[in-house]
Amino acid sequence: MNAFADQLLVLVMLINLVMLGTSRLIFSIRAVAVQGVIIGILPGLIHPFSGHLAAITVVMILAKGVIIPYLISDAVRKAQIRREVEPFIGYVPTLLLGAVFTAFSFVFAEKLPLAPEHQDLLFVPASIATLLTGFLILTTRRKAISQVIGYLVMENGIFVFGLLLTEAMPVMVEAGALLDLLVGIFVMGIVINHISREFSSIDTSRLRALKEE
Amino acid sequence: MTDIIIHCAVALFFPPLLLGVIGKTKAAFAGRVGAPYFQPYYDLIKLLRKGSVFSETTTWVFRAGPVVTLSATLIAATLIPLGRHAAPISFSGDLILFAYLFGLARFFTTIAALDTGSSFEGMGAAREVTFSCLAEPTLFFALITLARMSKSLTLSNILTHPTPSIWFASGASMLLLVGALFITLLAENCRIPFDDPNTHLELTMIHEVMVLDHSGPAFGVILYGAALKLFILGAVFVNVALPIATGNAMVDWAIFIIAMLALAIIIGIVESVMARLKLVRIPQLLVGATILAAFAMMLVLR
Repeated sequence: MNAFADQLLVLVMLINLVMLGTSRLIFSIRAVAVQGVIIGILPGLIHPFSGHLAAITVVMILAKGVIIPYLISDAVRKAQIRREVEPFIGYVPTLLLGAVFTAFSFVFAEKLPLAPEHQDLLFVPASIATLLTGFLILTTRRKAISQVIGYLVMENGIFVFGLLLTEAMPVMVEAGALLDLLVGIFVMGIVINHISREFSSIDTSRLRALKEE
Repeated sequence: MTDIIIHCAVALFFPPLLLGVIGKTKAAFAGRVGAPYFQPYYDLIKLLRKGSVFSETTTWVFRAGPVVTLSATLIAATLIPLGRHAAPISFSGDLILFAYLFGLARFFTTIAALDTGSSFEGMGAAREVTFSCLAEPTLFFALITLARMSKSLTLSNILTHPTPSIWFASGASMLLLVGALFITLLAENCRIPFDDPNTHLELTMIHEVMVLDHSGPAFGVILYGAALKLFILGAVFVNVALPIATGNAMVDWAIFIIAMLALAIIIGIVESVMARLKLVRIPQLLVGATILAAFAMMLVLR
């Protein structure tokens, strides 16, 4: 089963690169939803079946694959934006940076003192790569929605890291993290709607000045 | 011995049929009857019988262009294993020669285009070298990955190495390689979504614009060279993507021919359902392909 989990993790890392390379918001929302579903399937592959596990899987897939993407695409529809225009760093440079970060995460994972049974798996490099990709999206894109997506990708990376510890992590902690995320997305959705209602754009780099010139 | 004879015969006579199959597939998608499968052969024979016109501004470089291009491509055809049989010529490190034979062919195509003194052809040459220098790393990363897997530096071993068991063991990196190689195949052969081989619109052409001034036999040689290049890169792709070896030489040849025809149909389908990309998007896709291949290499190296 671990070999199959590794293939899925490769897919997760590919989705990272796809998200760095695309300018269409709806497309990256769908990509992050697919990533969430794949990550939701993963715990079932590496841990023996239990009620705890089934609950995590169902909640993860529902939250990351359905509810959160629905909320974000709703915000996109209300704010009437389709593309991220002119990010701080262009698409090809961010794509290359993403590839470099992925390579870096492989090197970094080699250096970490992991438990011997986790040594050969892709979990650690995939989680660090996803984390860094989320960070990259969060810092290089202008639109508030893209930043929400970056935040989601980052959370996916943290979850992949947590997968190795699923046995040790109590349900309450996970539920709390998911709830935090959901509330965060909700608040951001509301904020985005308000920004787009008050001002003509939701470009966050324009929010530095108090008054519009 | 028979394998070498079949290798040469297939490499020499088969390539234009691929163009015919691609054309027929596109015609079927458009609801037309389309040109016959053997139309590229008729075109070649027609062109070889015609006379040539050479502009007064051109020098020997212009005449050498098609000849050098075709001969470099022919040498590359002898280095590549076809249908799980070792290539007629193979030595350690021939993958470098293989990649740079295409580089030489491209250099002469572009310099012959520049030799005409037409700014229009210069534009095509500039595009060609820009996109090819982005496509070349992909081919290298793919070959390095396969070389690492097979622990060998000869193309014959590298490309006959993939087997079903290797596909199961490292499916992810093999899939990445196949994706990257397919994108390179389309880019190197100037197919849609990179370039439309049928178009004659000055804003969109890459390969076609460079060969506009060639006529008669020289143009026939260029057309044949392009078909041969499609055949060679297609053979690389088929060797990696279809790791089946039955052990029976004749059956392997038949499988190879069928796989190549299927590849031509797939290319035809891609060309029918996709539009040409905007020129600014092409580098993005090529860099993406390079990253795929580099990623595959990273997975194999660790």
